[in-house]
Amino acid sequence: MSGLELRSHRFRLEREADWRRLEALLGKAERRRATALSEDELIALPLLYRAAVSSLSVARATSLDSALITYLEGLVTRAYFFVYGARTRLRERLAHFFRVDWPSAVRSLWRETAVSGLILLAATLVGYILVSRDADWYGSIMPGEMTQGRDPTASTAFLKAVLYDAHGKTGLSGFAAFLFTHNAQIAIFAFALGFAFCVPTALLVAQNGLGLGALLALYASRGLGWPLGGWLVIHGATELFATVLAGAAGFRIGWAVMFPGSRSRLEAVAAAGRGAGAAMAGVVIMLIFAGILEGIGRQLIQVDVVRWLIGGATLCVWLGYFYLPRRALD
Amino acid sequence: MAPNTAPIGSSPPAPVSPFQRRLITPEGLDLRLTLASAGERASALVLDLIIMALALAALTLSSFALGLGVGAGGREVVAMIWLIGGFLLRNGYFVVFELGARAATPGKRALGLRVVSRDGGRLTAEAIFTRNALRELEVFLPLSLLPGAAFAGDTVDAVMVWLAVIWSGAFLLFPLFNRDRLRVGDLVAGTWVVRAPRVTLLADLAQDAVRTLPRFAFTTVQTDAYGVKELEILEEVLRRGDARSMVLVAQRIRAKIGFFQPPGETDEAFLAAFYAALRARLEHRLLFGHRRKDKFDKA
Repeated sequence: MSGLELRSHRFRLEREADWRRLEALLGKAERRRATALSEDELIALPLLYRAAVSSLSVARATSLDSALITYLEGLVTRAYFFVYGARTRLRERLAHFFRVDWPSAVRSLWRETAVSGLILLAATLVGYILVSRDADWYGSIMPGEMTQGRDPTASTAFLKAVLYDAHGKTGLSGFAAFLFTHNAQIAIFAFALGFAFCVPTALLVAQNGLGLGALLALYASRGLGWPLGGWLVIHGATELFATVLAGAAGFRIGWAVMFPGSRSRLEAVAAAGRGAGAAMAGVVIMLIFAGILEGIGRQLIQVDVVRWLIGGATLCVWLGYFYLPRRALD
Repeated sequence: MAPNTAPIGSSPPAPVSPFQRRLITPEGLDLRLTLASAGERASALVLDLIIMALALAALTLSSFALGLGVGAGGREVVAMIWLIGGFLLRNGYFVVFELGARAATPGKRALGLRVVSRDGGRLTAEAIFTRNALRELEVFLPLSLLPGAAFAGDTVDAVMVWLAVIWSGAFLLFPLFNRDRLRVGDLVAGTWVVRAPRVTLLADLAQDAVRTLPRFAFTTVQTDAYGVKELEILEEVLRRGDARSMVLVAQRIRAKIGFFQPPGETDEAFLAAFYAALRARLEHRLLFGHRRKDKFDKA
């Protein structure tokens, strides 16, 4: 023992001011934004962090002051996440998402997208065939509150009127908001259900397809197939594509849970989750467009051909955006 | 955790705790993160749900008040604000807060927790989105099934609904069944939740005690009676400052090391001085590469 002081205490006295300064800077940066720090402070922070790292490893090796070590561990952990955390601005992050992350996430899901699309298509066919053979199936496929009077007992005139009902042209933005929030919630739900070994996701996609097929069969039986197509496709091109992608993202996760391949299950699922997450964020954006098209566009545009054209055009835009080859940006 | 992967500078072996995880910084230091316990996670979630419920109530009340104030045309805008606001609250609350510098919602902050990428890298926006999208499965699915179960009566439907509740409960209780306390969302997003509390630097107990040390004059044999574990317990006793336990501990130590209390000294002064002497001795041995774990450590 040297005189009246412990070495570990002297060690602490010499460095304490730097730790306090680091703590103050971190508090400032965390309370507000990193931009709240001045240039000098931004330069000082990593240096103070490294000094604290070295203090901690020295303290662990030489000091038995457990309060000191607990403090330094907390401080260094906080500083580590600040110094090595993402520092890109929100605008750059968003730009990168739209230019690279989203399309590439969708492209990498192509297998799952194909499966999900096939399930939707098959379910639509089944729904169509069942209802055209026996109209009683309609009631069991479509839940009561979904039909809104559109059932086999309705008159052709009523069925036709529904397609051009403009909802009085007021309340459109509220209607669009309702459609978006409702559909997006279901899409997120379908994605999350993928974790349960894909099955519930497949059921949700198939349910969508069955309802679609049943509705098509009902209208086709009255010779209203073409106008119904326009009524559906104007937003459906976007909405159904989004549904298929949400299902695909769910499948990606469920598949990794079941068959992780050569990696550990944890790693495989985490890798699947990251890619699928980017695609899902995109699905929510697609559903905003779909909600606007359905809630406002469809009510204001009453001509079948225009509806078909808009539907086809949006589909082409999405396909081009996702799948057209492009130069690597990163 | 093979010893040959330990980086230079982390010489003392990491204390073994089932919830401690390695995170090696680029500087080669192991941060020794501690995972949040299930209780902390649950409390944080409850806090967040309460905040969300209050926010939703405030949104609803203000929309209602606004709706009364405006005409039929304005009511539509109010309805839209309410719908979008509710949607953003349900899906955006967790995401927005976890994207921030502290990577934690107010509930997690209150408990000193934060979200961390499992591989030690950056926490990406995709990961945060994914881990929170799966809350639909874990939290909102059981919540939405419960009212149905409560009012279903005793029909076959009721059995089905209760089976569904149990099925969805498996996702809610998922963190209890794996050693990393991973929620389904954590599993899929490659994240976990660790303790990152703000710690205040407590005063050094040895600071004043070293001055009284000459009055006690412990011998090396006496300070060799204990190891690091006992030192930590002694520190805790001193910090708590409970008079009765200090008397007891002082008696135990004096009996063990055969020390006779000088007249006029209190038990607290004795303990503080012994703490300083023991720490000085153990740190001295530490410098020579010797970490004496506890009193049974003969080396």
